Amino acid sequence: MDFGFILSQSITQAIGVTAIIYCIAAIGLNVQFGYGGLLNFGQVGFVAIGAYSVGATVVKVGSSLWLGIIIGILLGVALALLLGIPTLRLRADYLAIVTIAASEIIRFASKSIDFLGGAQGVTGPIGADFYALNPFPESVDRIGFGDFSFTRIDMWLVITGWAIIALITLLTWALMRSPWGRVVKGIREDEDAVRSLGKNTYLFKLQVLILGGVFGSLAGMYSAVAKGAVQPDGFVPDFTFFLYVMLILGGTARVLGPLLGAAIFWFLLVFVEQTLKEGVSSGVISFITTTQIGPIRFILVGIGLMLLMIFRPQGILGDRKELMLDAR
Amino acid sequence: MPAETTNTGAVGQEAIAALASLSPEPGVAKPDPVLVADHVVRQFGGLRAVNVEHLEVQRGAITALIGPNGAGKSTFFNVISGFDTSDGGTWSYNKHVITNTSPNRLARKGLVRTFQLTKSLSRLKVIDNMRLGAGGQTGERILPAIFKFTWGSQEDRITQRAMELLERFNLAAKADDFAGSLSGGQRKLLEMARALMLSPDLIMLDEPMAGVNPALKQSLLDHIRDIREEGTTVMFVEHDMDMVRDVSDWVVVMAQGEIISEGTPTTVMRDQRVIDAYLGAHHESALTESGQALTTSGEQEA
Repeated sequence: MDFGFILSQSITQAIGVTAIIYCIAAIGLNVQFGYGGLLNFGQVGFVAIGAYSVGATVVKVGSSLWLGIIIGILLGVALALLLGIPTLRLRADYLAIVTIAASEIIRFASKSIDFLGGAQGVTGPIGADFYALNPFPESVDRIGFGDFSFTRIDMWLVITGWAIIALITLLTWALMRSPWGRVVKGIREDEDAVRSLGKNTYLFKLQVLILGGVFGSLAGMYSAVAKGAVQPDGFVPDFTFFLYVMLILGGTARVLGPLLGAAIFWFLLVFVEQTLKEGVSSGVISFITTTQIGPIRFILVGIGLMLLMIFRPQGILGDRKELMLDAR
Repeated sequence: MPAETTNTGAVGQEAIAALASLSPEPGVAKPDPVLVADHVVRQFGGLRAVNVEHLEVQRGAITALIGPNGAGKSTFFNVISGFDTSDGGTWSYNKHVITNTSPNRLARKGLVRTFQLTKSLSRLKVIDNMRLGAGGQTGERILPAIFKFTWGSQEDRITQRAMELLERFNLAAKADDFAGSLSGGQRKLLEMARALMLSPDLIMLDEPMAGVNPALKQSLLDHIRDIREEGTTVMFVEHDMDMVRDVSDWVVVMAQGEIISEGTPTTVMRDQRVIDAYLGAHHESALTESGQALTTSGEQEA
């Protein structure tokens, strides 16, 4: 078994394109759920809106990626308003129901709209405008060392992705240390108390939903650019639940929680998968076949998460003392 | 009443004097009302939980709202403070009509309430609970919030005021602890201190003594009198008759949604209607100083 290879594969995935997509969306969910206490079970709907915005604008309309990004942000805001205006005056559960339903409506609707490519989705040079800016010369084949390397395109994607993450993490940090963030955290604890102190909590919750939704939309745009395709069946509710797993793994309401959560989640998933693969092909593990590896890695990661919840329920960056306050 | 004389300052004396000459009738007009309610109705199905014909609350005084369980005191509080919607009636505050106004707007106008079950924000530090109370913060708007230089100096002023109030309520040592780690009584104090961050005109306390140990009760009473001395009108719902007798300048009694009696603590506790509606035998000990008629009627009820 080549553990060097397994490790480098896992690390590559932990900081790679997929982890970045989830990480950006998870930062949005952290703003909504971690800080604001808003139960958004349809973050994937925002991701889909962002992905289709750039996909359709570039491939179907033939316009530029930058216009697509602006449209994606505007539609993200619009979806947040659409979901938030009727439900945020009600109890928290209503937002949860409406968001999960909306994300499924978006998925099924996009599947049946010809303009959005139906069940096939949109495929084409969505990211052409972005790849044209790649500073790495075409003569370079791979960047990195040994097993640990990226192609020039992936390198450009990964650098941009982490730059986006750094930017929105900084924005989240700046907001959450401010009096605005204090009100948002107060709403999470007890909305009526905050209202009795003269804050229009409805407006704050709407702002939180919009901010997190736009982050989700950014994740979708990034995914469309990176994959050169938008697939409707990539936007299943599981996506949102993985985001929650990453958030809880890293530590909710921690600025760096979603970063760490997404990286560790993908590291573990790939590490388990590669280890099993190596084990099966080298004959060390004989009781499973290669086709069973896919489901088994989720079982193992699931067990790992259960252990985490038992021994460290606050997540990696969380504060146990803070979590236990609610148990009183 | 020895407690009454200890820290009743000029404002308190004035309020007592202004109320002394009024006739103890339900809905009696006050010389300088801060809150006036008319025909306030709150209906739950067939049950008329609140049916208040007329009520005026004297500015600068401490008004207690008492009554048996289910009398509609808390519902009346919720309606007035905007946390519940009325089925009829009007009420005004400082001569402005505030019928069915949202609680956040009322708070900005200077009408602040606290809750029976304390709402301290557990996973926020005590000092952040306090800072949250301050009104008109630039940093609470999303765009200026990003840049600390726009709100930093205001934040310093707010923190200074918060620390002064915490000092006064003996919570300064706890400033950097999570509010969730405070005891029940300390949470009551924190909630009161937090409400004062808004420098309210009228503060409505919903059962401020519930779950507070006797040692802390005396200091809570002193705090309430101090609040009055600073010119804030206090209105509170309470079951603790000792507290009502000790601290209130005027008592309003509700039963079955209606106001059945009003008056100074001494007169109200002698009122036969109040005794019949509310005070059972177990309250005898608390009332023997104020009303002799209780003993017989209490026995009859029991």
